[in-house]
Amino acid sequence: MALSNVLEPAVSGFNFENSTRNTVLENGSEEGKIKAPKPMKTGTTIAGVVYKDGVVLGADTRATSEEVVADKMCAKIHYIAPNIYCCGAGTAADTEKTTDMLSSNLTIFSMNSGRNPRVVMAVNILQDMLFRYRGMIGAHLILGGVDCTGSHLYTVGPYGSMDKVPYLAMGSGKLPAMGILEDRFKGNMDLEEAKALVSDAIHAGIMSDLGSGNNTDLCVITKEGVDYIRPHRESLYNYKRQAKYKYKPGTTPVLTKTVNQLELVHETVQMMETAGSS
Amino acid sequence: MMISARAYGDNGKMKEYHYTGPVEHKFSPYAFNGGTVLAVAGEDFALVASDTRLSEGYSIHSRDSPKCYKLTDTTVIGCSGFHGDCLTLTKIIEARLKMYKHSNNKSMTSGAIAAMLSTILYGKRFFPYYVYNIIGGLDEEGRGAVYSFDPVGSYQRDTYKAGGSASAMLQPLLDNQIGFKNMENVEQLPLTLEKAVQLVKDVFISAAERDVYTGDALKICIITKEGIREEIVPLRKD
Repeated sequence: MALSNVLEPAVSGFNFENSTRNTVLENGSEEGKIKAPKPMKTGTTIAGVVYKDGVVLGADTRATSEEVVADKMCAKIHYIAPNIYCCGAGTAADTEKTTDMLSSNLTIFSMNSGRNPRVVMAVNILQDMLFRYRGMIGAHLILGGVDCTGSHLYTVGPYGSMDKVPYLAMGSGKLPAMGILEDRFKGNMDLEEAKALVSDAIHAGIMSDLGSGNNTDLCVITKEGVDYIRPHRESLYNYKRQAKYKYKPGTTPVLTKTVNQLELVHETVQMMETAGSS
Repeated sequence: MMISARAYGDNGKMKEYHYTGPVEHKFSPYAFNGGTVLAVAGEDFALVASDTRLSEGYSIHSRDSPKCYKLTDTTVIGCSGFHGDCLTLTKIIEARLKMYKHSNNKSMTSGAIAAMLSTILYGKRFFPYYVYNIIGGLDEEGRGAVYSFDPVGSYQRDTYKAGGSASAMLQPLLDNQIGFKNMENVEQLPLTLEKAVQLVKDVFISAAERDVYTGDALKICIITKEGIREEIVPLRKD
């Protein structure tokens, strides 16, 4: 078809054609300096803990665009496979797209092989991809899941580094969250203890870090299945406003009004076969 | 550490690694400690409100650091920006107020304080105080007065003004609710003290939702001919 000649095949990797143009624009003449638009970051607290029967992952729900809260209820715990979930910190678009791609890859693998994917496979795919892009993809991820070999918790950094750990926190609020985890973590906790620990770690991040806030989401993954609790702990701060700020119709001044009459030129009726009709 | 665009040549391929030379790290004498202030003037009252959070970067230094400072029985100043400069500036203003009182045997009026602050700020035109000031008080006739400043001393008398990190979120709402801008067919009632206090509380609740540097608590100083009364309202702490 003619269209396939117009579209070029996608070249792999990032396209840096605009990088010299961008530096010229940013360092331009005194009046002409143009700042590049900043991508939205999640400014987050995420945490994960391995307990007796599986893995508990937790995250806050605030997405910030520099100093403004862009989303008060964003979902940071992403689905990867029925037995694997991933929390993402860093640039919001990068974490979304990376986890989506990983999830698609693993679904194809499951269909091809007839097996549930293992957590190590997810980690390896992520490492390959992030290392290939040399840190340009700003995704700091915590992967947790339960497979035939047991429960696992991994972290993958934006440059492709990987670490396998029993408890972990990432994001701008990781220091307060790690403080709580270091204090109260022990091996083989039971479910309620593990949920309380992750929830308190996220809460510490929410209170001490300005980039994290609002509610806490939890995701409990076991051999039997997944319990995605959203929200687990709601923000206590829902102060009601004292007045109603509603405007009656007619409050907005109308400055000019133009009416374009559409002329009816031609009318046809076409019969179609639809699935619902006989 | 991100690789800059300088590492890439004209054809889009990455340049061979080479040492780019010594990198200069500049010391900045300023820091941004966040915070929002707001002042409203009525027929016979004035309000100065501020949040009480002191932050730096993504951390919180204090949840109880209000930004309103009482100057005289009829004037309160709200200062936000760099906390070091806020403290020094308020000390200087208080010293000058004492000097005026001793030589002229009376307290400075709001208008006089505003004019004096303008000269103090312009005195440091080439190394400014990084402070956004708003003065609220009663003028000689007992009517509410608000004076808003920029960091180098330009000022004007207003009816209402917001300054600080969430000022861009608060000012349009005040323009609409107090100034009745962008509305028609609306009854333009004069602003009462109760309505002003309720509006200030609502507006700060909204600011705390969307601005990370605003929160913890709200302190409102209400200035009337009876004196200065304070009200403290909790805000989001996360």
